[in-house]
This record gives sequence, C-alpha cells and structure tokens, in this order.
Amino acid sequence: MRAVKRTPTLKRDPAPSKWAYRAERLWLRPGFRRLVRTGAPLGLAVAAGIWYFGDDARQQAIADWMVEARASIETRPEFMVKVMAVDGASDILDGHIREVMPVDLPVSSFDLDLEAMRAQVESLDAVERVDLRVRAGGVLQVTVEERVPAIIWRGPDGLELLDDMGHRVAQIAVRSERPDLPIIAGEGANAAVPEALALLEAAEPIGGRVQGLVRISELRWDLVMDRDQRIMLPQNGAGPALDRVIALNEAQDLLARDIARVDIRNGDRPTVRLTEGALDDMRILKGIEIKGNTDE
Amino acid sequence: MSDLYQTQRAMRNKRQAAIQRGVIAVLDVGSAKIACFVLRFDGPERFRDAEGIGSMAGQSAFRVIGAATTRSRGVRFGEIETMHETERAIRTAVQAAQKMANVRVDHVIACFSGAKPRSYGVTGSVELQDGQVSENCVARALASCDLPDYGGEREVLHAQPVNFAVDHRSGLGDPRGQAGNALSTDLHMLTVDRTPIENLLYCIKRCDLDVAGIASSAYAAGISSLVEDEQELGAACIDLGGGSTGISIFIKKHMIYADTVRMGGDHVTSDISQGLQVPMPTAERIKTFYGGVVATGMDDREMIDLSSDTGDWEHDRRTVSRAEVIGVMRPRMEEILEEVRVRLDAAGFEHLPSQRIVLTGGASQLPGLDGLATKILGQQVRLGRPLRVQGLPQSVTGPSFAAAVGTCLFAAHPQDEWWDFDVPVDSYPARSLKRAVKWFKDNW
Repeated sequence: MRAVKRTPTLKRDPAPSKWAYRAERLWLRPGFRRLVRTGAPLGLAVAAGIWYFGDDARQQAIADWMVEARASIETRPEFMVKVMAVDGASDILDGHIREVMPVDLPVSSFDLDLEAMRAQVESLDAVERVDLRVRAGGVLQVTVEERVPAIIWRGPDGLELLDDMGHRVAQIAVRSERPDLPIIAGEGANAAVPEALALLEAAEPIGGRVQGLVRISELRWDLVMDRDQRIMLPQNGAGPALDRVIALNEAQDLLARDIARVDIRNGDRPTVRLTEGALDDMRILKGIEIKGNTDE
Repeated sequence: MSDLYQTQRAMRNKRQAAIQRGVIAVLDVGSAKIACFVLRFDGPERFRDAEGIGSMAGQSAFRVIGAATTRSRGVRFGEIETMHETERAIRTAVQAAQKMANVRVDHVIACFSGAKPRSYGVTGSVELQDGQVSENCVARALASCDLPDYGGEREVLHAQPVNFAVDHRSGLGDPRGQAGNALSTDLHMLTVDRTPIENLLYCIKRCDLDVAGIASSAYAAGISSLVEDEQELGAACIDLGGGSTGISIFIKKHMIYADTVRMGGDHVTSDISQGLQVPMPTAERIKTFYGGVVATGMDDREMIDLSSDTGDWEHDRRTVSRAEVIGVMRPRMEEILEEVRVRLDAAGFEHLPSQRIVLTGGASQLPGLDGLATKILGQQVRLGRPLRVQGLPQSVTGPSFAAAVGTCLFAAHPQDEWWDFDVPVDSYPARSLKRAVKWFKDNW
C-alpha cells in the first residue's frame, strides 16, 4: 500500500508586509546603502567631533597639550645645540660673532632660524661670507670667510680699514696699528679703492717715498709723497699719467729735485711747481730782480 | 484606440529604459504559482555593434540573476480575484527574486493567461506615394487597418503585423525599401478583457513596480517552447496551466492565433478532491505523486493511503487504488484536450502545412499525457520544455515555467508590434495646430 506520506497542512502563505517589502527595496538601492554604511557613520563621527571640540576649555586643553608635547620633543637632548664653533675668524671677529649671534646656547635646533642668523653675521663688516649649520652632536658650526683689509682710509670717522673692494672691515685707532697697509684719504676715497690700489702698485718704483693717496673732490687722486711733494693725477687715465711721471723721474730724476707739485692733470701740458726756496734760487740764478727778493 | 497605443508605447519606452539600466524583472502571474525572474542585460548580444538579426532569439543578451516562485493566491482562471492576496504573493515573489539577485528592480514585464483572449486577423492597405516602402508607409498601412468591433470592455494586448504584401507579392517579412504601388499588411490582434488587465496593473503598481510590458502567457509559452522550425512551419503550443490552458498557433515565426480554455490542472485537483473526498492539498499531492492518464493492471494493485485526521476510523483508514485516481483524472484531461481540439479546429489549424502540437505548462508533466493527447489532437504531439536561458536555476527549468521564460525572451527581443511604429504624420490632429495658431493670435 502506498501512502500519501505527509498530509500537508495548509500553512498561511508567508508574505512580506508592505513596509518590510519597501524597506528591503530601499535597502537594495545602492545609493541608500552607501549612505547608511558610509555616510551615517561619517556624519556621526563628524557630529561627535564638532560636539567634542566645540567646548572652548577642551580646545584650550588640547592646544596646551600640543604645545607641551612639542616643547618636550624640542627640548630633547638629541635636538639641543650646546656649543658654537666658529672657524676661520680671528679672535676679535670670533668675539664679535659670538656677541651678535642672537641666541643663547644651549637652545633647541627647532628654535634656530639659521637664515636670520646668517644674515645677522653677514651684517658684520669684517665678514665676507658665512656658512651656518647644525652639526651632529649639538654643535652650531659657523664657518666664516673674513674680509682681508687692503688699505687704510682716513675718512670722516677716523681711520678705517677697507678691503680691496672698498668695503669697510674695521676701525683702527692709530696708523701704526697697521703700518703694512697703504693709506688713502679724502671724501669718497673708499668708493675708488680698486683704482687707488692700482695706482699704488704702479707707484712701486717710487714706493719708498709714497705716503698715500688723497682723493680730491671725489674725482681724482693726488699721490702724496714725503718732502711735501704731490703728484696731481688726472681724473681719467691716472695710471698712464703716473707712469709718465715715473718715467720722467727715472730719466731726469724729477722727484728728487726741489719741486712741490707735479701737475699732470692736463696730459698735454704737464706742469711742475717749485718750492718757494727753489723759485727764489732760480730767480737769483737767472738774475731776475723782484722787489721782494732784495728785502734781505 | 489611440489611448491604448499611447500606453503600450509608454511601456515600450520603459522597457527600453530598463534595458539601458540593465535590470528588468519578469513576472508570471499564473493560477497555480507566481514566478519572478530578475534579468540582467549584460550578455554579448547586448553589446553587439552591428544591427540586424542576432545569432539567437535574443536569449544571449541577458542572464537570469534572480528567480523565485511562490504559490499563487487569489488568482483563478489566470485572472486576479482577490487583489490583496495576489498583491502579497507578487510581493513575496519579487522580494525573494530581488534578494537572490541582490539588486533592486523597478521595471517589470508581466504575463498572464486569463481575460478571455480573442484573436482577430485584420488587414490594411495603402497606396505608396513615392513607389517605395518606407517606415512611414508601414505605419500608415498599420493605421489603415479596419478594426473590428471588439467591444468597449476589451483592450488590445498584442497587435503584431504578421505579413506584408507589396502589390501582389505576399509573405514579406520586412517590406521596407521594396518598390511597388500598394502596401497591404495582415495584423494579428489579440484582445482581452479590460478589467483583469487593470487589476493586474493595479496589483503591480501597488508593489511599487513600473510595468514595462505585458504579454499573453499563451504567446510567451509559444515563443519559449516551440523550436525555430516549428515556429516557422506552423505549430500550436498548448500551455497546460493551473487555472487555464493557453493555446497559441505560430507560423512563419508569428503568432497567428491565441485562445484560452478556462480549465487546467486545478480542475483535475478539485475533481480528485471531490471524487475521493480528500482535502485539496492532499488531492494535489496525490495528483503530483500518483497521477496519470493511462491505467495499467499494475495500477489496480497499487493502493494509496488516504489517511486523514478526522477522528472517524473508517474515514481515516480509506485507501484508493491508483487506477481509481487515474479514472478520476483522465476524463478531465480528456475534456481539456477536447476543448483544445475544438479551439484548434475553429482556428483552422488543420490547414497549416505542419501541424505540430507542443504540450507545455505544469499539467503537461502528467505521465502519459502525450499518449492521450496523440489520440485527441493528432499524431504530431510532443512534450515541450522552455528554452534554456543563461543563469536559470535548475529548479525552474521545467515546463511549468514556459510562460515565464517566454516572457524573458519577450522582454529581451520583442517582436514588432503596431505601437513600435510611429504615428503616421497625416494622422496628427489638425486641431492642435489650429489651437497653436489661435494661441499666438491671442497673445501677440
């Protein structure tokens, strides 16, 4: 005998309710799903953040904490600069550099503004170029290239050392501090230092007698020699003019004579001015009677 | 008529939009079960660059990504009887299919079997003005068809041009570009009762779905179960459903006739229930496990235990032989097939060159049915199963799903219908132009 094995009971047919069906369809919408899965947590997090950080006291506390944390990192011994090493500077300049350096060691390397410090050091007259870097071991390495004084300028503020480009290096009290350097004088002389140096070099054959150069009217040079002699050089072509004078000197021993000025300002008409005694002597030699002559 | 033209056209546009979006649902509202398939249009056919006829009937354009079926509620004879119950059943099926597909569907193409379909063959003809058939000429020819008076309470469900003739050359599939003086067309028009359609549309709308098309399940079963040469040479598809039996006749790849016998498997069940005095679920179970139409000597000895739980010992201990069950079922099946025979004869099926008959639908799974059908319908009867489409679960490939699979094909590759052609230019109402002119005169 065969059996109808299971007498099926008529179950109530399952069906989603209208709202369950709609909810499921809404959930199957990719945009909605993304909104719920990503947008809602994100919005919640943002809202929580806004609420949390909206409080001023809390904000202040966080800011304080951040400053503190930063400070604690910055003041770690690994980042501290303890020593400054200055290379390539004389003792006086070394002292100056240490004086003008705007930081007090030890200091954190985060607080060092190397660019500003470099500008500061470079503003020293005696410094031509400077390199700054923080070396391992907390050393602030300052490598200085000093300006070399080439000439002394007797200017309105006293004796100043200038380098070969006319830049001020230092001030000296007396000439004898640097007897090795030539001296120039006159207003605007510092602006024409290269020319002065060239002239002084050209004047090497009579170097023993040269005392210095005087800038006249910020235009031209007078070469001052001992025995109150001067060679008045032209504005343009001073070098060749000086060469001519030296050549004259070598040929005729010009400067050894009793001459006060050699005026070569006009190259076509070089002039010499005798000293007063020499003029009288020459007149006597020539038998020229001048009233004043016979006063004695 | 033009109202329906507009609705059908709107449905076609929705179908186009849904295919653009790539997802569309197919809903088979039957009397025994409601099936919902979710189709995704991403197959190679979809991205075929060349125009024209594809390699297959369109079934490679899509794949089924969700399939669900539920017991139908509130549907009798393929017509919705209890709206809310049916709505719940549709919701169940759609939700389960959506869940399987993991995608939301908004557009649905529905098929149903009831509403007393009736076929009309109508003809129309136009003179060709420029001696050549253009798209507009086809539209005009279709518009010129003299429509029969099919009653105010009926709607046109399908209106397919099945044949074109240019001058005296008939049998043209696509007359466009042909030279000639006159174009005539044969249109197969299927009308159904308006109320069942409106009920169905209302139910679907209540489920927040857009209807992108509607098909007769007899037609759908035909396009899925008939193979190509059967469709070409002439065949009838008998869709033995639960509440109704659909008949569709195809020739030259067009449906030329469709009808419904308002009897089906449910009537067999109710016969068993009445004859053996068992509840309907038991009767259904007996039918599916022990049912048949041809009794043998063995069946006399095979006893079926009709156990029940009434408390009456005699009643609860009844047994019945399988031969008796077959004896109850066979007359009903014969009645259904006789009725089908009558409809086929009325349609003039015997004049077709090939008279192949394909049985499909849930009730066609009855053992021995092909033998019975051979006696009643003729020698060329076979059992048909729907076309295999990509991604369809094994459990829904049976003949019960012929209409659902056919609707998938209908969704993917619908045949041209009357509303696929533009309204002919000369039938635009002249009044609207006059009104526009009047508006200009009034306002400027």
